[in-house]
Amino acid sequence: MVEIPAGSADAVPAAEVEDMELYHPKSWWTKYVFSQDAKIIAVQYAITAISIGLVALVLSWLMRLQLAFPGYFAFIDADHYYQFITMHGMIMVVYLLTALFLGGFGNYLIPLMVGARDMVFPYANMLSYWIYLLAVLILVAGFFAPGGPTGAGWTLYPPQSVLSGTPGGQDWGILLMLSSLIVFVIGFTMGGLNYVVTVLQGRARGMTLMRMPLTVWGIFTATVMALLAFPALFVACVMMLFDRLLGTSFFMPAIVEMGTQLQHGGGSPILFQHLFWFFGHPEVYIVALPAFGIVSDLISTHARKNIFGYRMMVWAIVIIAALSFVVWAHHMYVSGMNPAFGFFFATTTLIIAVPTAIKVYNWVLTLWRGDIHLTLPMLFALAFIVTFVNGGLTGLFLGNVVVDVPLSDTMFVVAHFHMVMGVAPILVIFGAIYHWYPKVTGRLLNTALGHIHYWITFLGAYAIFFPMHYLGLLGVPRRYYEIGETSFVPPSAHTLNIFITIMALIVGAAQVVFLFNLIWSLFRGKEAGGNPWRATTLEWQTPQTPPAHGNWGKDLPVVYRWAYDYSVPGAPEDFIPQTQPATGGLTREVMR
Amino acid sequence: MAVVLILALLVVGSVLFHLLSPWWWTPIASNWTYIDNTLIATFWITGVVFVAVVSFIAYCVWRFRHKPGNRAAYEPENRKLELLLASGTAVGVAAMLVPGLFVWNQFITVPNDAAPVEVVSQQWLWSFRLPGADGKLGRSETRDITPENPLGVNKNDTAGLDDVIIEGGELHLPVGKPVHILLRSIDVLHDFYVPEFRAKMDMIPGMITYFWFTPTRTGTFDILCAELCGVGHPQMRGTVVVEEAEAYQAWLAQQQTFTQLLASAEPQPAN
Repeated sequence: MVEIPAGSADAVPAAEVEDMELYHPKSWWTKYVFSQDAKIIAVQYAITAISIGLVALVLSWLMRLQLAFPGYFAFIDADHYYQFITMHGMIMVVYLLTALFLGGFGNYLIPLMVGARDMVFPYANMLSYWIYLLAVLILVAGFFAPGGPTGAGWTLYPPQSVLSGTPGGQDWGILLMLSSLIVFVIGFTMGGLNYVVTVLQGRARGMTLMRMPLTVWGIFTATVMALLAFPALFVACVMMLFDRLLGTSFFMPAIVEMGTQLQHGGGSPILFQHLFWFFGHPEVYIVALPAFGIVSDLISTHARKNIFGYRMMVWAIVIIAALSFVVWAHHMYVSGMNPAFGFFFATTTLIIAVPTAIKVYNWVLTLWRGDIHLTLPMLFALAFIVTFVNGGLTGLFLGNVVVDVPLSDTMFVVAHFHMVMGVAPILVIFGAIYHWYPKVTGRLLNTALGHIHYWITFLGAYAIFFPMHYLGLLGVPRRYYEIGETSFVPPSAHTLNIFITIMALIVGAAQVVFLFNLIWSLFRGKEAGGNPWRATTLEWQTPQTPPAHGNWGKDLPVVYRWAYDYSVPGAPEDFIPQTQPATGGLTREVMR
Repeated sequence: MAVVLILALLVVGSVLFHLLSPWWWTPIASNWTYIDNTLIATFWITGVVFVAVVSFIAYCVWRFRHKPGNRAAYEPENRKLELLLASGTAVGVAAMLVPGLFVWNQFITVPNDAAPVEVVSQQWLWSFRLPGADGKLGRSETRDITPENPLGVNKNDTAGLDDVIIEGGELHLPVGKPVHILLRSIDVLHDFYVPEFRAKMDMIPGMITYFWFTPTRTGTFDILCAELCGVGHPQMRGTVVVEEAEAYQAWLAQQQTFTQLLASAEPQPAN
């Protein structure tokens, strides 16, 4: 922190990127459909991601119905069950969470929060969305293809994913899945390069890196990670396609399938796992870091207090991102890889707990001596901390190699990752939508409906996944179509399964309230004005709400301070926008 | 103040659920009590942190909720507090990691006197192979698998001729003797998983993976597959019987060797 006497930082002229008439869309098609405006692209990403997410929600219902009432629903046979879990997992991780955080929030917030007119490559940005949509359509095509979608589990481990014992292995399913992922990575790269270059090159005057809101830091860092991690998935998909279609043996050793010697030999199934998790573990943080960033801003704004330890928060994001590239094999402790790797990966994995814990401490210390407004974004942020702490702590069980041995491949793992990278980031998404919806539409979401949605979602999701850990502790394996007869699973475990299913149905149904709220408030919501939360960051200082194409009218904003000047002693209001010059009666000025 | 109340109830409820839950691990039947102990230590450390953090949130929301005229404090950072919390966390993490790594070292170091036992998996069946009187398993190869030689044992390796082959049956183990479980798959990934033994490991076609343990009590236990291996995954069950040495020897004497298996598969002379 540098102390600068008041008045010494004079107003600087606005930057030179002018608002050009030529650049605005001329027709309805180019304005709303083939739009190059990051804000429209963001909404397109969000609608597509949420729509496919609803498919994943219904799939989760179907698999929970099977687990609670095995055999009762004739259409959920073993083939379908495995197809449902596979599609549910892949949709949630890649096509919903990644696309919504980076394509949705990234597109909307990066240009507005750093004070840019748009992404730096608007045309590539538009292509990114349409290619993503194509990837989603290829994925969905699996449901209609002969043999149905792949049932290989979202991890797609070969050899089973390309053999006939798995649904879709010798049909269209696995081919469509791999193709869809390849297309997704291509589309994402176009968007991702945009987000990174816009943050590095498109910031307004005065917006130094260490003045950026943590939302931008989170999305920026996650995008850099995604650009480094997705290529591993890309090559893994291409290699598996070759194995399946051209008879190569990247992942295929000598195999006797149902009594028949296959024409493969010499490949390594573990190689796929290394490639997959070299993508897959960073992927966890690709979802988590934007959530970390967004929740920091929600807490700060609605507690009317600067985020505690901003610099530590930025460095924690960067360190987590770097470390997350050297922990991937903690998903493979019992994979049969050289067990000596366990020492290294357990150590790196547990080290990552330290910067993560620092983030949690700084969120709760931001609440300390704050002026906490229990708005919906704040409520969702609180729910995020609770579920994230819960899910993060169970990660310490699974990250510690020897504790992982009894728990891996059980329901404990399912409960852990749903809590930490399912429930927690989705609660942030909800909080973020309640927070930024007024900027996107100009209207506030309905609070009463929001409370119903909040309480059912938060407590319901906790009631689903907290007890599920104990089924795993008992030894119930994951990915079982039905547990059947065992000597160690008591009948009470089945009662718990029924309870979990009922909660899952209720939580899923509560999302209808949210969807209704989104649509109803679009027309009937209370007018929000430009800055309903009295926030400091640039997106709330736009000349119009919703912001027009080009965001800022004639002149770009100029930034004079960090994003967290809430409740500055001596200031007339309890917030000072980033655009307010360092004048007035402030006793000190924070320059970063 | 519904939020404060519910956060408090969530803490109390989670702790009570943990204490009263009827769903807990199966009674252990192997030497890996160290794993259980590390797990218990982890429960304690993480449980304390969870209760502390959520209670602190509940307190903050109650104490610092918005009232007209309130204003938040302005404190961008506090180096000392941040360092203190970071080092405290590092100590807690080390307290879980260091014992964990010691136990892992034991887990991957097979004792010299551990008897080899081979488990071979395929969709969706468990088979087993035990060394004969020579105490050695013969070489094997997926390419050598034929209907007469379901595990692909090398016929030219004399060490393999007396190997005991059990196709799709029960595995018996003597109590109190360490066993070196060697894992092979002939088609896709599988995972040999007996909850009471705590240990498990994936089985990979083209590789031999392993773990070891000492059965510590007699009984009959389920073998499950813990790695998704296709639609038959949940039905891939087996049984392992841990028994006293005499009973084990009696059982072993009844099993057929590789030589006997090959002989029985030869075409019978026509009448």
